[in-house]
Amino acid sequence: MSFDPQKYTGALTVGELPEGGIWTEPGSSLMRKTGDWKTLKPVWDKNKCISCLTCWAYCPDSCIKIEKALNEKTGKEDVKNAGIDLEHCKGCGICAAVCPPKVAAITMEKAR
Amino acid sequence: MATLKELAAKEERFVGGHTSCAGCGYPNIFRLTLAAIKEPVAVVGATGCCEVNTSIFPYTSWKVPFLHNAFENSAATCSGVEAAYQSLVKSGKIKDESFRFIAFGGDGGTYDIGLQSLSGAMERGHDMLYICYDNGAYMNTGIQRSGATPRYANTTTAPVGKVNPGKRQKKKDLAKIMVGHNVPYVAQTIAGNWKDLTNKIEKAMSIRGPKFIVVLATCPLGWVTKTQDTVKLTQMAVDSCFWPLYEVENGKYKLNYDPKDKKIPVADWLKLQGRFKHLFKTGNETLLAEIQSEVDQDWESLKALCDFHSKQGVV
Repeated sequence: MSFDPQKYTGALTVGELPEGGIWTEPGSSLMRKTGDWKTLKPVWDKNKCISCLTCWAYCPDSCIKIEKALNEKTGKEDVKNAGIDLEHCKGCGICAAVCPPKVAAITMEKAR
Repeated sequence: MATLKELAAKEERFVGGHTSCAGCGYPNIFRLTLAAIKEPVAVVGATGCCEVNTSIFPYTSWKVPFLHNAFENSAATCSGVEAAYQSLVKSGKIKDESFRFIAFGGDGGTYDIGLQSLSGAMERGHDMLYICYDNGAYMNTGIQRSGATPRYANTTTAPVGKVNPGKRQKKKDLAKIMVGHNVPYVAQTIAGNWKDLTNKIEKAMSIRGPKFIVVLATCPLGWVTKTQDTVKLTQMAVDSCFWPLYEVENGKYKLNYDPKDKKIPVADWLKLQGRFKHLFKTGNETLLAEIQSEVDQDWESLKALCDFHSKQGVV
């Protein structure tokens, strides 16, 4: 039986639930926008960022976006920081705390 | 050993949108674990913060097969899954994709409730990795003390008051209990050191048989800490020698990091945590000194053990 988490309203009868109570869509928690929890928001400065990806390693909510781009100097594919997913970021400030102090590409500001 | 760029280049197999608190310490353990493993993975979770946060119906944060059974039996369930897989491969019913099996539990589900099933799975020699994320109490249900709660921490079931200075008993040493099972690989690491964590995961994946890794993770709610300090706090636990980074391969201890002259007093680490606030009131200096001497003693004995085994290796 197919089941669409997007249509789930929290009021399903037993017959409507997928058999065995299984999740039918991998990674469907991205539909839950946890970004509205935050009181502080991270602001990323593209020009200061050196793409060390330390923030990527420690973000608990997988909110550091990654892009793959061709490095013109080496001719190889390079992995770069491409900003922050504010739809799911809870504003904990770990990214700003682990950003190397000499770089300081991420600062925390009031969300609203 | 993979670099951060190599890890980040892969598709995330543990995504955001889960309901852990802001600044939670455990999610990056699973993000990095799944990034460090090249093979397909199946995960079995014990009840706890991670299971509850990542798999609230109808949403799941996992992009790998995930199974939850109960609080006490994630290791038993995982060993069953592994045995079934091997049997189906052997009889030719499914193709061998060299699937890897990971069971996880929090400290409650591992140190206390799941210890017997973990012990059984390790003893039977299943080809699986058990990861325990240790945040030092039953954080999911409201900070009740567990076997992993450090001495004199304030919890709701061992509260600080006129008579009690918090939890009176010492934290269990789970890594040593697992070493006693004679498994090929046991390691202790932290969530705040991606390199050490992913190296240990990669090493565990290169070994066939039962593996066990215990990872210290901060809980801003239970430790009463600032959310942005999550990474720093686990690193300080290592620098104070409260939680040394070491691994045990076939019974041989190996120290992965020695702070040497960078060693900080354990009080520096405790001071940042609200659960140890009472230790810094006048009259409680003896309790603080007791914790320090305990940490020093454990550190010296671990170092002696590692020195002994490293010398053995040379000869």
